[in-house]
Amino acid sequence: MATIPVVQNKYEEWRLPSRGASGMISLIIGETALFSMFVLAYIFYIGKSVSGPQPAQVLDIPVFMTICLWSSSLTIWIAERAIEHNRMKQFTFFWGLTIVLGGIFLGGTALEWHRLIYHDGLTISTNLFGTTFYSLVGLHASHVVVGLIMLTAVFIFTLTGHVQQKHAYNIKTLALYWHFVDAVWVVVFTVVYILGR
Amino acid sequence: MADQTLPIGGALDITPQKATKQSFFEWLSEWFITVDHKKLGILYISYALVFMLVAGVEALMIRVQLAVPNNDFVSPQLYDRLFTMHGTTMVFLVGMPILFGFANYIVPLQIGARDMAYPRLNAFSFWLTAFGGLLLYYSFIGGFGLYGVGTAPDMGWFAYAPLTEKAFSPGHAPDYWAIALIISGWGTLGTAINIIATTISMRCKGMTLMRMPLFSWLMLVVSGLTLVTITPLTAAQIMLMIDRYLGGHFFDTQAGGSAVMWMHFFWIFGHPEVYVLVLPAFGIASEIIPVFSRKGIFGYAAMVAASVGIGFVSLGVWAHHMFTVGMSTPTTTFFVLSTMLVGIPTGIKIFNWLATIWGGKIVFATPMLFCLAFLFQFLIAGLTGIMLSAAPWDWQLHNSYFVVAHFHYVLVGAIVFNIFAAIYYWFPKATGKMLSETLGKWHFWLFLIGFHLTFDFMHIPGILGMPRHIYTYMPDRGWGIWNFIETIGAFVQAIAVLVFLYNVVISLMKGKEAGNDPWDAWTLEWATPSPPPAYNFATDPVVNSRRPLWDLKHPEDPDWKYE
Amino acid sequence: MFTGISKVLRRLLFTAGMTIALPVSAWAAGVQPGTNMFAPASKPAREIESLAIFILAITGGIFVVVGGALLYAVIKYRRRKNDDGSEPTQIFGSLQIEMAWTIIPIMIVVVMFLTSARLIFAIQDAPKPKESLAITVVGHQFWWEVRYPKYGVVTANEIHVPVDEATYFKLLSADVVHSFWIPELAGKTDCIPNHVNTTWILPTRVGLYKGQCSQFCGTEHAMMLLRVYVQTPAQFKAWIKNQQKPAVEDPAVAAGREVFMHNACMDCHTIRGTVATGRFGPDLTHLASRDTLGSGSLSNTPANLRAWIKDPDHFKPGVLMPAMQLNNKQLDEVTAYLCSLR
Repeated sequence: MATIPVVQNKYEEWRLPSRGASGMISLIIGETALFSMFVLAYIFYIGKSVSGPQPAQVLDIPVFMTICLWSSSLTIWIAERAIEHNRMKQFTFFWGLTIVLGGIFLGGTALEWHRLIYHDGLTISTNLFGTTFYSLVGLHASHVVVGLIMLTAVFIFTLTGHVQQKHAYNIKTLALYWHFVDAVWVVVFTVVYILGR
Repeated sequence: MADQTLPIGGALDITPQKATKQSFFEWLSEWFITVDHKKLGILYISYALVFMLVAGVEALMIRVQLAVPNNDFVSPQLYDRLFTMHGTTMVFLVGMPILFGFANYIVPLQIGARDMAYPRLNAFSFWLTAFGGLLLYYSFIGGFGLYGVGTAPDMGWFAYAPLTEKAFSPGHAPDYWAIALIISGWGTLGTAINIIATTISMRCKGMTLMRMPLFSWLMLVVSGLTLVTITPLTAAQIMLMIDRYLGGHFFDTQAGGSAVMWMHFFWIFGHPEVYVLVLPAFGIASEIIPVFSRKGIFGYAAMVAASVGIGFVSLGVWAHHMFTVGMSTPTTTFFVLSTMLVGIPTGIKIFNWLATIWGGKIVFATPMLFCLAFLFQFLIAGLTGIMLSAAPWDWQLHNSYFVVAHFHYVLVGAIVFNIFAAIYYWFPKATGKMLSETLGKWHFWLFLIGFHLTFDFMHIPGILGMPRHIYTYMPDRGWGIWNFIETIGAFVQAIAVLVFLYNVVISLMKGKEAGNDPWDAWTLEWATPSPPPAYNFATDPVVNSRRPLWDLKHPEDPDWKYE
Repeated sequence: MFTGISKVLRRLLFTAGMTIALPVSAWAAGVQPGTNMFAPASKPAREIESLAIFILAITGGIFVVVGGALLYAVIKYRRRKNDDGSEPTQIFGSLQIEMAWTIIPIMIVVVMFLTSARLIFAIQDAPKPKESLAITVVGHQFWWEVRYPKYGVVTANEIHVPVDEATYFKLLSADVVHSFWIPELAGKTDCIPNHVNTTWILPTRVGLYKGQCSQFCGTEHAMMLLRVYVQTPAQFKAWIKNQQKPAVEDPAVAAGREVFMHNACMDCHTIRGTVATGRFGPDLTHLASRDTLGSGSLSNTPANLRAWIKDPDHFKPGVLMPAMQLNNKQLDEVTAYLCSLR
């Protein structure tokens, strides 16, 4: 019987940061590095395309979809608060609203790309602008898609009644990812639509 | 202090349950579906050892080809594939998996946890990594089609664009390279996240961050570093794939793309990667050297600070791989400074190990022998690193065999030596059997001699102007004799590895019983039975100092008195 | 105060390190393969050599001190046969000692950094002298294109420069990344597509200096050799004068000329004064005046030339020049023609 002397109850209050937050923050740090490379490439290649079209000729500032995406960060935050206080109806509504707003953003991107490809003739292989634009915006959009899939899964389980107040913590961890996706759009928006034009 | 006592979990006398007789398929499926961190650790290590043999054979073929000038043992095309696959394999399929394997096995035990933070993610990560490795090697038969002469990657492990663009590499070689590494990179990312969450959130009662064993600390730093180094590589590889498959222009110099940008992106990954590999090796040394010197680690806080410091500084030194690309003078000067600064925390570490030995009673068991050799070799590797950091001299040394010698001094002289040390040290814990000390000493001395024959003499042709990646050379250059000696050394190392493998097999079958704590060590993993039960510790352990087992063995002079 | 410390430190380390550095460099200087960085024959290479010896001395000193301490500790503190089994005194650290071995390395780093930085500026930002030769070197997959814009001379793989005069190289690439390296004349500089680099030499000794591509560039990276002939000004002038002439037109080899011009040879090679103006392969206007073929992979003799044309892949597997499937008669003729291009 191996024993060591300790002060009893000394570690009653032994608390460590939660697994979920540690993991999700780590993932976000890694994703940030991934996005940084695409952002750096975009900035490096601004104005380096040897042929047209140039950003200023074809890009419009996507005001509406940007507002939608950013306000989805607010709605998901309200949803987080709601589930913490066990207001499930409010949670369901705002969670659903977040999905709708994210969906509008994706739709906006789809329309923008459709116009660029069929009207302006800009594809990923047209020039350096096309290559970097579709890669960066596409990488972000793919993260929105992944986020929406996860949000929708939660939404479905909420409707079936599987998501309850005790899951508030998991919901917050997931919401962290959505906040990250919104924050990335701040950078992408600034670089692509303001700096790059 | 009151003197109530609490048990260290698992040290309780629990007789392991006798395994019921399994069929082969049951046994196999148990390993396939396992989410136990110990089984996954062993899977990682075995997987890496298999690839180490493969990449070792590739290295031998390279050495045979270079043994004499104008040799035609292999064709230039095959030679290019050999050095590309040797480098890629050793870094991605041997170095990282084996070190993450040790982390998987040891970290939860050392911090008194029952498993990793995310056991299923852990299994998923391993199988991703494994699949990446298999995909990379499938390229030997894949390539243009299934007709036996595949196009394995042949553009160097650094894959400089635009050589990898469709125009210059029309086959599928760079695709295998990029996709295999993206996949195994995801696995690595998953494991890194897992280790961070484990060390942050799963420590047992009393294990504050400043009481965490150094190996676990180093794995925390390495995992943090991995998050921000693997992803840039993934980004660069995605860009390369966009160029190759969607007609993008990231690295297409005809359309305004930049070859230098690939170099930046690659080395933003590539240099910290060296630290991702070497920091766990430092962690291993920091576990083994104190135990076999019979003294606690000297300057624990400085060791932690130096490790974190190395982690941060390593993110700002990448362009020292690019002193010859024509960077501006201020940029070059900046990277000279940042690179030389790495020498300071590294020096602190060497001095701390030295001070740990100083005044101890050194036991020359095989793990310690490997660690002592590591200290000398790492000293030399660090000093040649300083030579390379002086940019003007690097203009001469860059891409010469001097560089090859330098980084093999780090990768073999430091990392592989410590990996062997770790295997000899923790093998008893994982299997319950000791590795043979006699064979271990044969292994050590042969490997040491072979290593020095190969890599000491490799510096010389570099100084005499021999560049890397050449499949042959002219007899009038005076490089022949040195290359011949290196080749002999390579075979001595190969024999040493065979001795090691024999040792593993023979010891598994009839090795000495290890018992819980064969080395009289001090960290928590030695408090559980060998091999540990699936749940690791019967009750959650509680610790009061950095060396809980020291406290246990020396109640008259416990460590917590000094904290 | 700082300079005082660094001076003492420098002297101390220098003495210790010289015991290692001097024999190494003396030995290295004795070997003469034509690519030895410790046998410099040009200004930047010589300055780099002195920096190298300085750094070798410091690092050698560190090796002697730290390695010696390690060896001493390993021998002194081994567990003896008559050990009583007790544990040694546990020591967990010492602020003073740890401060010392943090600060001393910092000072050494500062010294080495300043020395290196000075040389980086001295070489990279050296003022360009008024009188200097300008040469453009273009890396191609597995050979070097060499252009003298001022003289209108184009050649390949063998560079001629005058002694005691600065030569500035403009480095370009036609395809992938290459690296231009002649160890005894200067450090290496990459040839990168879509990116202009420069480097310079100031050779002080007449002779032949060798080098080769030192950035992996494909299958025949190993056989992308370079030769630099440092000549007296008179020799160099004579060489330039000969190179400036259009190709020799010898009626005796007219048949070979026909073969060359009526095959794909002319699509890739230039022979000035003829219809052959290809740019994918080396300029052959004065092929016979060169010492080597295939970017230094074999010496330039008629027999070698004939065999090379017959099957370049035999000598340089992976070379981009195809075997032209000429018959024996054509081979003889075209070899005779190319041998006439002095």
